[in-house]
Amino acid sequence: MALLQISEPGCSTAPHQHRLAVGIDLGTTHSLAATLRSGSAEVIPDERGASLLPSAVRYCAGQPPVVGQDALAAQTTDPLNTIVSVKRLMGRAFQDIAEAAQLPYRLLDAPGMVKLDTAAGAKSPVEVSADILRTLRTRSEAVLGGELTGAVITVPAYFDDAQRQATKDAANLSGLNVLRLLNEPTAAAIAYGLDQGAEGTYAVYDLGGGTFDLSILKLSRGVFEVLATSGNARLGGDDFDQRIYAWILSQTGAAQPSPRDMRLLLAAARDAKEQLSDASSVPLALALGNGQSVDLVLERAAFEEMTRDLVQQTLLPCRKALKDASLSLQDIKGIVLVGGATRMPCIRQAVAEFFGQAPLTNLDPDKVVALGAAIQANILAGNQQTGDWLLLDVTPLSLGIETMGGLTEKIIPRNATLPVTRAQEFTTFKDGQTAMSFHVVQGERELVADCRSLARFELRGIPPMVAGAARIRVTFQVDADGLLSVSAREQTSGVVAAVAVKPSYGLSDGEISRMLSESYQYAQQDLQARSLHEQLTEANRMLEAVAAALASDGDLLSAGERQAIDTLMAALTEATRGSDAGRVKVCLDNLNAGTQVFAGRRMDRSIRHALTGRAIGAIAA
Amino acid sequence: MSEAGAAMLDFAQNHLDLFGLPSRFDMDVAALEERYRTLQSAIHPDRHASAPETQRRLAEQWAGQVNEAYRVLKSPLERGRYLLSLHGVDALAPTQTSMPAEFLMQQMEWREELAEARGDHAALCRLEQALQQEHHGLLNALSSQLDELGQYEVAGETLRKLKFIARLEEEVGEAFEAW
Ligand SMILES: Nc1ncnc2c1ncn2[C@@H]1O[C@H](COP(=O)(O)OP(=O)(O)OP(=O)(O)O)[C@@H](O)[C@H]1O
Ligand SMILES: [Mg+2]
Repeated sequence: MALLQISEPGCSTAPHQHRLAVGIDLGTTHSLAATLRSGSAEVIPDERGASLLPSAVRYCAGQPPVVGQDALAAQTTDPLNTIVSVKRLMGRAFQDIAEAAQLPYRLLDAPGMVKLDTAAGAKSPVEVSADILRTLRTRSEAVLGGELTGAVITVPAYFDDAQRQATKDAANLSGLNVLRLLNEPTAAAIAYGLDQGAEGTYAVYDLGGGTFDLSILKLSRGVFEVLATSGNARLGGDDFDQRIYAWILSQTGAAQPSPRDMRLLLAAARDAKEQLSDASSVPLALALGNGQSVDLVLERAAFEEMTRDLVQQTLLPCRKALKDASLSLQDIKGIVLVGGATRMPCIRQAVAEFFGQAPLTNLDPDKVVALGAAIQANILAGNQQTGDWLLLDVTPLSLGIETMGGLTEKIIPRNATLPVTRAQEFTTFKDGQTAMSFHVVQGERELVADCRSLARFELRGIPPMVAGAARIRVTFQVDADGLLSVSAREQTSGVVAAVAVKPSYGLSDGEISRMLSESYQYAQQDLQARSLHEQLTEANRMLEAVAAALASDGDLLSAGERQAIDTLMAALTEATRGSDAGRVKVCLDNLNAGTQVFAGRRMDRSIRHALTGRAIGAIAA
Repeated sequence: MSEAGAAMLDFAQNHLDLFGLPSRFDMDVAALEERYRTLQSAIHPDRHASAPETQRRLAEQWAGQVNEAYRVLKSPLERGRYLLSLHGVDALAPTQTSMPAEFLMQQMEWREELAEARGDHAALCRLEQALQQEHHGLLNALSSQLDELGQYEVAGETLRKLKFIARLEEEVGEAFEAW
């Protein structure tokens, strides 16, 4: 394992120290990592030179998991212990999984999220994803030669909060510091836009192995503004494979195949599908385990016929996103294709017909998401001081609260630009009511039962009043990271209750630490050491940030104010020399508090500068 | 020179002041968009990724406020409502229910038309056009009532009509989708 890179605190205030950061595309079929090296984004290959890591993990009793190509190779010989397409199970409960019967695994109905029974024990989709991420982390640290500051991990834009939280948990479990979860189509747009210097309104059509996203972005002088996003988190290339698989079964009259044959047939189906992107027909010749043999020919026309409705299903989100952005087809300057499944001619044709123009295909659809994530990671790690571009992303799904009769009251609508804060007033419904419980939900449907439940909390201590007299203001806040927090406040008395929303089926912190201590990597590593390490990293980051701020805007402070900040910095520097995590935290908090006024003045200055720059331009024009 | 003594900008200020735009309904949308991007480029938390925690939190608040102001100013309906609120008129308050009888009649006719037009593409298109025309006319009226005549109570009624029309247009959109 790489040694921890903690620079001597005294020297950490050197203005520029390149921090290692990566972008990771954690895909249903393939995963990969990329980073920014000497100004351009590059994919990080493994020691064999391969950049795509198959998202496959094999679990054998008493051994570390096998990840990638070697696992994939074992899928037909060891189907039950070799997990593929695990992304489709992330954040899902057993009963959410409609296609459970078609999955060649032993699924377990665990509380919260489904689990998979393997030779190495029950594994949650979070743990399987963590094993994939750990492989990419190790690969990246080996190639880049140091510990990573953090990673931007991409998720389908249409992922809900539970799926996002599960992804974040997986990253933490793999030892990665998550700088941001970035929407896949947005990442692709960043890579495309910066590469091609594009300006105007573009649609990104992303059909991967398991998910479909459609996002509309406006690119204007370095600002990437997501106007709307829509999609289907359960539609991808896998579903096209399933159609071929079902067709083979119906043609051969085979009964429910064994897990091994199922894998064999699914792999053959995928192969056939991919070949049909170039060939007009493909032979399917297989010998099944039960002695039966398959000898068929699949014509492209027949394939297109059996998957027509899947292609059509991608057009509804296109319509919805256009409508949400109040745009018509003529406003779209280009359509960027992302995801391996967009190589299918039927997709390209449907997209061209719908948008009335041929899609853009001059980017590698397999890598563009990771490249975009790498560019964003570089900025969020703090490497680019004066970034010349900015991303404004949106909430993919509406957020609301349960009201009387099991109905949803939307507080933050879908496609609201982040960060966003919205408040709404509610009132009591009984005389003398002193408590109120809130149920936070996500989704577009009117009935709470059809939405996803995110959290519940209570406001207590409301002074007794007649029904309808109390004024309870509920505030929803989603920050730039897409994290939701909700608070409720009774306006006349000022009683407050708040929660940072963590979905009920996300992992609790306790569960995470248990998994951490169980995982191979951390078996010997003390959690306490980890906490100290985290505090030190944060402290150094803070010291560096304050020093840089003082260097550029020190003139905003009086001599006395400057003196006070210097003292707090010295105290924190001193604390980082010891090994008391608690002390570091206290000094860190003090420095944070002590720089509040300074931060306000700096913000003020940057806004004034931005506005005067504008005003001068306007006068000159 | 020190800016330390200067009065701090207040992000809770009037949306129009925040964008440095005149307090009018009629708006240069290009200028609004331009200023939005300029402001976000200066204050968005990602632009302060390497700044101290306090500053990043402040950036979150500012950016949220700028987003909210932009949302309101961008939509003619929300902008009208906001301008009226600056003049002390809460145009869409639940207590504001009065509507001229003839408008209500027209409403009912349109609703009937919509019910009959379901599944009839040409009829839906006709209705959509009629509503667009009405919408356009109401916006013009609102603009002169707010910017020229200063008739805020009347403008409030225009705004309520607009809200009705917007809702109907939404339903027509849904009918198209179902079709
Ligand atoms: N030439 C091809 N023709 C048709 N489909 C293809 C071709 N090449 C790859 N695919 C399909 O693309 C899908 C994988 O795409 P990709 O690697 O972009 O997905 P992913 O990023 O892993 O998934 P997701 O983004 O949904 O999580 C698979 O279904 C694969 O069969
Ligand atoms: Mg993908």
